[in-house]
Amino acid sequence: MSILVIAEHDNEEIKASTNNVVTAATNLEGDIHVLVAGSNCSGAKDQAAKISGVAKVLVADSPEYEHCLAENIADLIVAISADYSHILSPATTNGKNYMPRVSALLDVAQISDITAIESSDTFERPIYAGNCIATVQNSDSKKVITVRTTAFDAAQNDGSAEVVDLQESHNLGISEFIKEEIAESDRPELTSADVIISGGRGMQNGDNFKILESVADKLGAAIGASRAAVDSGFVPNDYQVGQTGKIVAPNLYIAVGISGAIQHLAGMKDSKVIVAINKDEDAPIFQVADYGLVADLFTAVPELDAKL
Amino acid sequence: MKILVPIKRVVDYNVKVRPKADESGVDLNNVKMAINPFCEIAVEEAVRLKEGGTATEIIAVTVGSSASQEQLRTALALGADRAILVETDIEVEPLAIAKLLKGVVEKESPDLVILGKQAIDGDNNQTSQMLAALTGYAQATFASELKIEGEKALVTREVDGGLQTISVNLPCIVSTDLRLNEPRYASLPNIMKAKQKPLDVIEAGSLGVDIEPRNKTLKVSPPPVREAGIIVETVDDLVDKLKNEAKVIT
Repeated sequence: MSILVIAEHDNEEIKASTNNVVTAATNLEGDIHVLVAGSNCSGAKDQAAKISGVAKVLVADSPEYEHCLAENIADLIVAISADYSHILSPATTNGKNYMPRVSALLDVAQISDITAIESSDTFERPIYAGNCIATVQNSDSKKVITVRTTAFDAAQNDGSAEVVDLQESHNLGISEFIKEEIAESDRPELTSADVIISGGRGMQNGDNFKILESVADKLGAAIGASRAAVDSGFVPNDYQVGQTGKIVAPNLYIAVGISGAIQHLAGMKDSKVIVAINKDEDAPIFQVADYGLVADLFTAVPELDAKL
Repeated sequence: MKILVPIKRVVDYNVKVRPKADESGVDLNNVKMAINPFCEIAVEEAVRLKEGGTATEIIAVTVGSSASQEQLRTALALGADRAILVETDIEVEPLAIAKLLKGVVEKESPDLVILGKQAIDGDNNQTSQMLAALTGYAQATFASELKIEGEKALVTREVDGGLQTISVNLPCIVSTDLRLNEPRYASLPNIMKAKQKPLDVIEAGSLGVDIEPRNKTLKVSPPPVREAGIIVETVDDLVDKLKNEAKVIT
C-alpha cells in the first residue's frame, strides 16, 4: 500500500506545508504519492514533482477544483483512495475543511493535527490547547490524518517524481465560490517564517502595528497577532496565532504587548527562542519566554528597531 | 426556517488541564464545565437569525451523559426553543457524534445546522464536516459572516490567507469561527424560563448507528516543558543575547 499526501498550493506554487507533510509520510512504510487538485495548476504540479521522497504526483486539473471546495475535493480523494493505507494533509484551513469529509465518506475516524508518528497506527497529537499530548492508536483500515506542519521539517526539493494525469471529475454542484480577499504581502508566510513578531492588545490600535513592521523588515519577519488584537480589529484574522488560529514554530518569536493566554501559547510555545516585551511583569507570557523585557512597548520597540 | 444547533459540554476555557499522574487520561476531577465557546457562538447566530425573522425555531442538541443537560439549559436560556439530549456514557468520537446527529437531522429536517468549528477539549475540528458528508449537504466551515438568501446561504470563511466567500445550497452545515458574533449573556429571567422549555432525552442506541470508538488513547502525557528564561534589563541586553547567546539574529 502507498501513502497519499494532499498538496497545499495556490495552483501556481506548492506551499511549504506540503513539504512538511511529505517528511511526516516518510515515517510510514510505502511509496509516497502527492495529489495536486486544482485548475491550471501546472506550476504547482511541476514543483510537487521535485519534492524529495515523492514517487508519483497525481494531477487533477479541472475548473471544479480551482478553489478547493470541500465537497468536490473530498469526492475526488475518496474516488482514488483504494490503493492507499494512509491519507495525509497539512492541518491548514483547507486540510481541516475537506479531510473530515473524506473520513466520514470512508467511514473511518480522522486523527487531527498529529505531531509525531510512533508506528503505522499510533500517533501523538496535542489536546486541550496543547496542555496534554495524547498518544492514540487507530483501528481503522485506512488512516486519515492531518499533520501539524511545525512538528516536521520540510522535505527538500531535489526529487523527480513521475507525473500522472487523472481523469476524475467530481462536481457536486451544491457549493459555489464567490470571492476571496487574500492579503498580498512581501513578507514571509506566518506558518513558514524563520522570525515572527506579534502584537497583542497592548498595541492599542491597528496603526501602531507600523512600529512592528519596521522591525519585521529588518529581521525578514512575518507579523502575527493575538486573538485580542484580531477581535479588536487591529489586524485581519489571518494574523492570528493560537489554538484556533495558526500554529507557528519559528526560530525567533517576539511577542509584543501580548499577555500570554493559554490559547495564544498553544500556537507559539514550540518556537525555538521566545522574546516577550510587556510592561506587566506578571504577564504569563514571561513564563514561556527565553528573554523577557519588562518595558513600555512604545519605547522598547522603536529602540530595538534602531539597534538592529 | 428551522435551525439545529449541536453543542458540547467541555472543560471551561479558563481551566488549564493536566494529565493524570499515571498518564491514563486527562485529570478532570472537580473541574468547571461549560458550553464550548464555539458552540455558544453557534447558538447566538441562530438566535440572531430568529430575532431577524429568518428562523422560526431553534433546536439545541448534544450527545453525551445526562450531565450535558446543564449545557442544553444554557442554550435554552440563550434563546433556543427546545433541546434534545442524545444520551450515552461512552466517550464518543467525532465520527460517532456525526452519525448520531445525522439521525437527529433525519427526524427534525432542519434547513440549517450551525455548530462550533472545534471543541476546545479534543481540538479535533471534525464534526461539522463529517455531518455534512453523512447527510450529503454542503458545508461552510469557519464562518465569520452568514447571510441567508432564498434557498442559499452566503458564508464568509476565515481561511489561512484571509477571507473566502462561498454560496451553499440549503440545507447546509455551517461551522462557526471566532468573529461570527459576540455571544450574549443569559439574563436571569431567561435562565428561569429555560427551565420550563422542553428537553427530550433520546437513548443513543435507539438511533441504530455504530458509535464504538476507533481510536484508543494509549497515554496522555504533559507537553515538553520550556526551561525558565531570564529577564533582561535593557534593549541593549536583549539585542546582545539574541546575537551572541541565542544566535538567532545577526
